[in-house]
Amino acid sequence: MERRKHLEGLSDEELKNRFFSLAEQIVDPMIELSKKSTTPSVERSVLLRMGFSSLEAMDLVNHVLDLGLMGKGAGNVVLKVSERLEKDYLTVGREMAEGKHLDIAKDVFKGDRR
Amino acid sequence: MKLVKNEKLHVEEILKDLQHYAPKRRGWHWREPVENLKMGEFTYKEMSKPLAQSESLPSAKYFGNIDPQPRPVITTEIASGRFEDDIRRMRMAVWHGADHIMVIRTAGQSHYDGLIEGTPQGIGGIPITRKQVRAQRKALDLIEEEVGREINYHSYVSGVAGPEIAVMFAEEGVNGAHQDPQYNVLYRNINMIRSFVDAGYAKSVMAFADMAQIDGAHNANATAREAYKVLPELMVQHGLNSVFSVKSGMKKENICLSTVPPTAPPAPSLTLDLPYAVALREFFSEYRMRAQQNTKYMESDTREATVTHVLNLLISELTGADIQSTITPDEGRNVPWNYNNIAAISTAKQAFQGMDGLLSMVELKKEGFLPEKVREIKERAVLFMEEILEAGGYFKAVEDGFFVDSGYYPERNGDGIVRKMDGGLAADTVFEKEEDYFAPVSAFFGYNCVPEGLEKPSDAIGGDTLEIREKIVYIDELDPEDNVEKRLEENRKYFTREHIKPEVEWAGDGVILQTMMLPVDEMTAEAAAVEIGKKMGLLDVEVVHKEVLQEAEGTLVEIKGRVPFSLNAKDLTIQKKPEILSDEEIRKDIEAYPMKIVAGTLGNDEHSVGLREIIDIKHGGIEKYGIESIYLGTSVPVEKLVDAAIESNAEAILASTIISHDNIHYKNLKKLCDTAVEKGVRDKLIILGGGTQIIQELAVESGLDMGFGRGTKGAHVATFLVKKRREMRGEA
Repeated sequence: MERRKHLEGLSDEELKNRFFSLAEQIVDPMIELSKKSTTPSVERSVLLRMGFSSLEAMDLVNHVLDLGLMGKGAGNVVLKVSERLEKDYLTVGREMAEGKHLDIAKDVFKGDRR
Repeated sequence: MKLVKNEKLHVEEILKDLQHYAPKRRGWHWREPVENLKMGEFTYKEMSKPLAQSESLPSAKYFGNIDPQPRPVITTEIASGRFEDDIRRMRMAVWHGADHIMVIRTAGQSHYDGLIEGTPQGIGGIPITRKQVRAQRKALDLIEEEVGREINYHSYVSGVAGPEIAVMFAEEGVNGAHQDPQYNVLYRNINMIRSFVDAGYAKSVMAFADMAQIDGAHNANATAREAYKVLPELMVQHGLNSVFSVKSGMKKENICLSTVPPTAPPAPSLTLDLPYAVALREFFSEYRMRAQQNTKYMESDTREATVTHVLNLLISELTGADIQSTITPDEGRNVPWNYNNIAAISTAKQAFQGMDGLLSMVELKKEGFLPEKVREIKERAVLFMEEILEAGGYFKAVEDGFFVDSGYYPERNGDGIVRKMDGGLAADTVFEKEEDYFAPVSAFFGYNCVPEGLEKPSDAIGGDTLEIREKIVYIDELDPEDNVEKRLEENRKYFTREHIKPEVEWAGDGVILQTMMLPVDEMTAEAAAVEIGKKMGLLDVEVVHKEVLQEAEGTLVEIKGRVPFSLNAKDLTIQKKPEILSDEEIRKDIEAYPMKIVAGTLGNDEHSVGLREIIDIKHGGIEKYGIESIYLGTSVPVEKLVDAAIESNAEAILASTIISHDNIHYKNLKKLCDTAVEKGVRDKLIILGGGTQIIQELAVESGLDMGFGRGTKGAHVATFLVKKRREMRGEA
């Protein structure tokens, strides 16, 4: 147990602080990664909150994946297309779930792709 | 809709109009502590607000039926696979003191990339769906009003669809959930990058809904070869998930560490478990403790499991627990049976009631073995954290097999669980948000490029489902065959008195348990037990437990099997619960018609306690009504009883008998009646028999006017005497 030599002198409180400071150092990069990333489940959770059913959310995210637009946000894609069509976003989203307006989606974000 | 104590909760009523049901509230509820709670003759130091209605412990009848409620929230886990049958189990559990209903998911749901809809049947749990969650929450909203305490409803936000499930839970008023990305990685082999990315989003939704979170560290206990050696790692797992949760927006008081005393007898379990419990609580003093029971060493012996659990409860009492989870004592042999949920809840309640105020009398040592061991565990945990950073962070550490290694860290045995960053389910499903990424919803985590002019992201859509409930899309059923309506078509009859069938899991499953001692060796006993079950007419007979009593002399065997029939209540002879006249009415009757009785224990029976309780004024016996009682003592011959009645001109004989070998009790009672007949006084005498083994029907068959069994009080006997006398007077 020579590895514990540097801990020997710490009080219980200091040891606890060290534990949580190490935990933060381990967790911080993962929190940063989470903040700047998204996943199919995250996007479906956004669509659910927008008022789509789980089935519609599933289809919509699959289309957004195919279009390569995950980095824009699936909800954002639906909103932008509905703005272009000047129609209610829920109606447009439901139509998109069925595979409609996907070309418009592509067009809206064209040239804006990284 | 309001529940009535003696009426069933109708599943049909719950399912009706579900699409419009909104849960009563959001958020977790902790029990409300009461200082110096007075109940009966006692003052409790550590109890919470009492219930309006409940089922108390069996022995509560000696204490005025009090049912003090401990301070920790008490959890029961429910996992039958049919949510409609679980509703009944939930109500029973709540009446016994559970206020945290944890619904286990069906096998494989953690790998389902999306939400499941409808009400398909599950295996070892239920498919968690919006309809099922809404139905159970609706039922619990009614049940909590019935007992007068908020019930926390709980399931899992782990797995590959965490963020979506968290949103659905927030919408449906689910109060707590398991969420720990490490669980996905280690035990479900879900890609680690995906798991941690999802976790931030899922946790921020849970934080929005004020849900309590339980982590997954306890699984290392169950998985590791020697659970007591993974203590340092458990601290690390708790630490990582807790800090990640705080950084995702959760309040510390909603973050509960799932902790299990790591070992069980015959190991010296308190020596191993207590220092760990103390170390954990000292490090995580700002967080909450969810004390789970040890299951790692659980076998099919329900007695052994219960003792281990009581030792675990002692640790909870000594070190503190905010949530006390219970595991059914039969989990080592089968999917939990409904009455074992009650057994487990009662074990926790009973132990906490009994240990109330313990720490005002004893304290944990502040020097010597305990604090030294506590320090050692903490240091090992800190070293573990240091090595994770040295290895290049958490993901690298998992790739290197740091976790669930069976060595006592820093010792390593090289048998840890290894996962790869680019491996596991749902690898390559993480996408970087672009600069113009936008999610127009509330409770969202991380980067969000909200368009200028909007106060909050959901303004872009005029409010989301967490703000405007009507926006939620409710799906009823997707599968026309596998759903609750179809199941009820077959099984709803077993919810009625016309089709009574035993049940342990599902309505009408017909399962019963039989216990037998067979005076043969283990293997012979097992074969014989199955054959006995078959000859009794049981189907699907299986041995669920056996214990060698002595290798040659005998084996205890428990079998389960299904009863192939059901009964109709109208074909049954159902005894009425004995009616009791008011004290006043009995007294008046005795005043108007004074009464004398003779009493004694019959034959060679020295057990007099029961009879004295029926007679003695100080036990609330019949003397208090003014009935003159001539007590002849114990082991009174039948002749003497009858002669004494004749000589003293008594109106009744009370004969008590406990010993029941070879039916001696009924034989003696019959002899008593026959003697009275021979002496020509049977018609003038009321002859009553009592004792713990007396069954009313058989007593009457033996010639008595009435028999009184276990639980009889003086008032029952006095009521019968008064009524019988009225009948003899021709008044009744």
